[in-house]
Amino acid sequence: MKLKVATTVNGRKHEHEVEPRLLLVHHLRDNLGLTGTHVGCDTSQCGACTILVDGQAVKSCTMFAVQAEGRNLTTIEGMAKDGELHPIQQAFWDEHGLQCGYCTPGFIMAAAYLLSTNPNPTDDEIRKGLEGNLCRCTGYVNIVKAVKSAAQTMSSAPAKKTTVTAAGGN
Amino acid sequence: MAVTQLVGSKIHRREDPRLITGHGHYIDDFARQGTAYAAFVRSPHAHARVKRIDVTDASKSAGVTAVYTARDFKGQLAGTHPAAPAFVAEKKYVPERFPIAEKEVTYQGEIVAAVLAETKAQATDAANLIQVEYEELPAVMDLEKALDPKSPKAHEGAADNVCWDLTYTGPEVSDAAFKEAEVVVKERILQNRLMPVPMEPRGVMAEYESFDKKLTITMSSQNPHFIRLFVSGAMGLKESQVRVVSPDVGGGFGSKISPYPEDYLVPAMARMAERPVKWIETRTESLQNATHGRGQFYDVEVAAKKDGTLLGMRMTQYLDVGAYCGTFGAFQACACLMAGGAYKWKGISARTVGILTNRVPTDPYRGAGRPEATHLVERMVDLVAAELKMDPVEVRRKNFIGKDEFPYTQNFGLVVDSGDYEKSLDLALKIAGYDELRKKQADMRKQGKYMGIGLSTWIELCGFGPSAATAPATGGIALVESAQVRVTPTGSVIVYTGTHAHGQGHETTFSQIVADELGVPIESVDLRHGDTAEGTSFGYGTYGSRSLAVGGVAVSKAVGKVVEKGRKLAAHMLEAADEDVVFEHGSYHVKGSPDKTKAFGEVAFASYGMGLPEGMEQGLEAVAYFDPPNLVWPFGAHIAVVEVDAETGNVQLTKYVAVDDCGNIINPMIVDGQVHGGVAQAIAQALYEEVVYDEESGQLKTGTLLDYNIPGIGEIPSMDLDHTITPSPTNDLGVKGIGEAGTIAASAAVINAVVDALSPLGITHVDMPASPDRIWKMMKEAGK
Repeated sequence: MKLKVATTVNGRKHEHEVEPRLLLVHHLRDNLGLTGTHVGCDTSQCGACTILVDGQAVKSCTMFAVQAEGRNLTTIEGMAKDGELHPIQQAFWDEHGLQCGYCTPGFIMAAAYLLSTNPNPTDDEIRKGLEGNLCRCTGYVNIVKAVKSAAQTMSSAPAKKTTVTAAGGN
Repeated sequence: MAVTQLVGSKIHRREDPRLITGHGHYIDDFARQGTAYAAFVRSPHAHARVKRIDVTDASKSAGVTAVYTARDFKGQLAGTHPAAPAFVAEKKYVPERFPIAEKEVTYQGEIVAAVLAETKAQATDAANLIQVEYEELPAVMDLEKALDPKSPKAHEGAADNVCWDLTYTGPEVSDAAFKEAEVVVKERILQNRLMPVPMEPRGVMAEYESFDKKLTITMSSQNPHFIRLFVSGAMGLKESQVRVVSPDVGGGFGSKISPYPEDYLVPAMARMAERPVKWIETRTESLQNATHGRGQFYDVEVAAKKDGTLLGMRMTQYLDVGAYCGTFGAFQACACLMAGGAYKWKGISARTVGILTNRVPTDPYRGAGRPEATHLVERMVDLVAAELKMDPVEVRRKNFIGKDEFPYTQNFGLVVDSGDYEKSLDLALKIAGYDELRKKQADMRKQGKYMGIGLSTWIELCGFGPSAATAPATGGIALVESAQVRVTPTGSVIVYTGTHAHGQGHETTFSQIVADELGVPIESVDLRHGDTAEGTSFGYGTYGSRSLAVGGVAVSKAVGKVVEKGRKLAAHMLEAADEDVVFEHGSYHVKGSPDKTKAFGEVAFASYGMGLPEGMEQGLEAVAYFDPPNLVWPFGAHIAVVEVDAETGNVQLTKYVAVDDCGNIINPMIVDGQVHGGVAQAIAQALYEEVVYDEESGQLKTGTLLDYNIPGIGEIPSMDLDHTITPSPTNDLGVKGIGEAGTIAASAAVINAVVDALSPLGITHVDMPASPDRIWKMMKEAGK
């Protein structure tokens, strides 16, 4: 038995027939080809699959695809617009907030939600806000710095224009 | 080196734009038309006979295209799992290992059957329908009991459980030192078994061209060339018929070095099924199947004089090999050779015993042997200090190898290339405010609070390595490194190396070196790695903090050859003698005539044209190998400050200072990142993580990330980092390694701090992890 699921993902409408047991993360990766959302555990500990569902951070392995019916989803692929990085992405780049990069999309999405609810978090609030995500490379030190720096950039409007290029300046 | 613009600077990582936008390519992001998905049936028992496997229901399950058991792979795969000599050349007993069990399973998670289906879900469904009948056997779990001749054996029919028992230096080597002893301290030190847990589990996709007999394996690996070597051999293919591609790798920490059963089984299934086969490990599979690290205990005694002078050490390493000898499992015995640390000793007696158990095999995990050595020696030095009521700083200073004594031949004949241990210690003490911390500690003790300060003046050896040392250790292949630098007619530079990255940022740092040395913009340089079909004929992978100190130097040497060829051509173009032409800032000019010049790009273009000097071939490219004359020896000083909650036993890290010396630094941002991550993994060992098996049944109790406690963002503190720079004389770049330093250094600093905090209770040693329950019990016990 398959069920119909219609979603808006990164501003585009999609309609698919899926198995009811299909997890949202697998729907995004396998049916929509949005492979930036990663799977790092089987038990919802790691947060690598974090996306925004109607603006709220959700581990996409904790939802069935069919539960996303009619919802507005944002994945990591929807963060940079017209070749311009989102300030959180830019901050992760500037502050060396990633190494292997596997957990990074989840952290960026969780940080996006955090900053939408608390635009100027303290270090402690950043640590509390991101406690659902695991990173094995960075020791979290530069992730905290990145989120803090993103908060500053985002609150000092207008956002600084940045462009995606390999090997930027210093 | 050429005039430096990029080397030494914080250059943004070139790999990040794709990774922060969701456009990285990890193994699970690849798909091929017509792929069948594999799922494996694994033993639920630590030790059992396999009596019968019934695949009837599974074969009929929706979407299933094939079900395989050991028998099916017998004609496909030959040989046994490789076990390198490493630091134990002669092993007593290395059990045969076929990638899939037939009659006996020896750890929970060992594969007994495989299913192929049209989708991943169908494969998993069908695997659940396979009925396996087992007859349980006693599980060998305890290292000491396993050495008893009457113990059950990890493998039925084996004579004993001893994989190796090697005495590097007998008791006589330290006899004289112990005769002089005015004080002797003894301790048994545990090294908790750990899981590396890269955030990306493993995965393998194999495509076999039945008619061309070509195999392509895409997989998450630190070491693609070695995988090609092993898998081609097992499958009866030539190395040239096999291509291994390791794309973006989501962390490794040692667990993606050695070949795994699936690395053989997935390609074999692709050959049998004549279609691409893909398998992605679940986290639960990973935790019970990917190699673990540490899992050791040490019996140590140290002899010293009353003034704190260290004299001698006697140590035995008991190492849990697991059910099979890991490919580089015996590397961990290097803990013995490094047991002396940063200090001078009259004699060290060292023995290593590798013991087979019914747990998953151990293999190198970040640091591999060197964290154990640091932890051991730094704990023992603190025990000496405590016994003599001396400041641990003073005992360290008294015994350091002096900065004027390098190169220093240590007790096992290894030559420490360079160092200045006092300098890094002084800097760390200054940053931490050591004297004030001691005053604060005295005040807090008066208030009944438990605050502790712990030191680790660590050293390590890395950069594997010199052919004379590494060829015997691998069974013949020297872990030198090669690089190819190829300049296209329009001046873009493609650099191939046999190292690979899984977060270390080689695309950036290696390109910094090349751009500087060629005087071209970094945008002109493109680093390629991780694909055995491209570039160098063999590569040696990334582990043991070797990439820069071996691979980076090979790249630099290849660049040097390109510059040299360019000089000959430029001289010809400038109508000057070769020796009169110099290369500076990206162009060749005649000495004393700066206007007579040819830019590197012009020379590159000309090299593909006509009218070259007589005998010169077209093109501008070079291959270089670097065989380092020695290992490199990073060092540093770490200081941890903790407060222990007397009510709960919880340890709070309130300060962490790390001063590291990895020689010359290419990119300080990346170096700091490596230290952060390394320290975090050692804090994890010291305070949080431990693989727990049921000691009777051998069931893994920490089989999910709910149960295995890798620290989150709330558990790791911010850190104060600094560096001293003592260039290595071992290579032209003057570089050492930094990938493992934090992990090697930090567990000792944290545990020394915890012991220091609890010392008013008479506690002299704490094992890892110093979890609240362990500490709370110790405090209650000590208070009685």
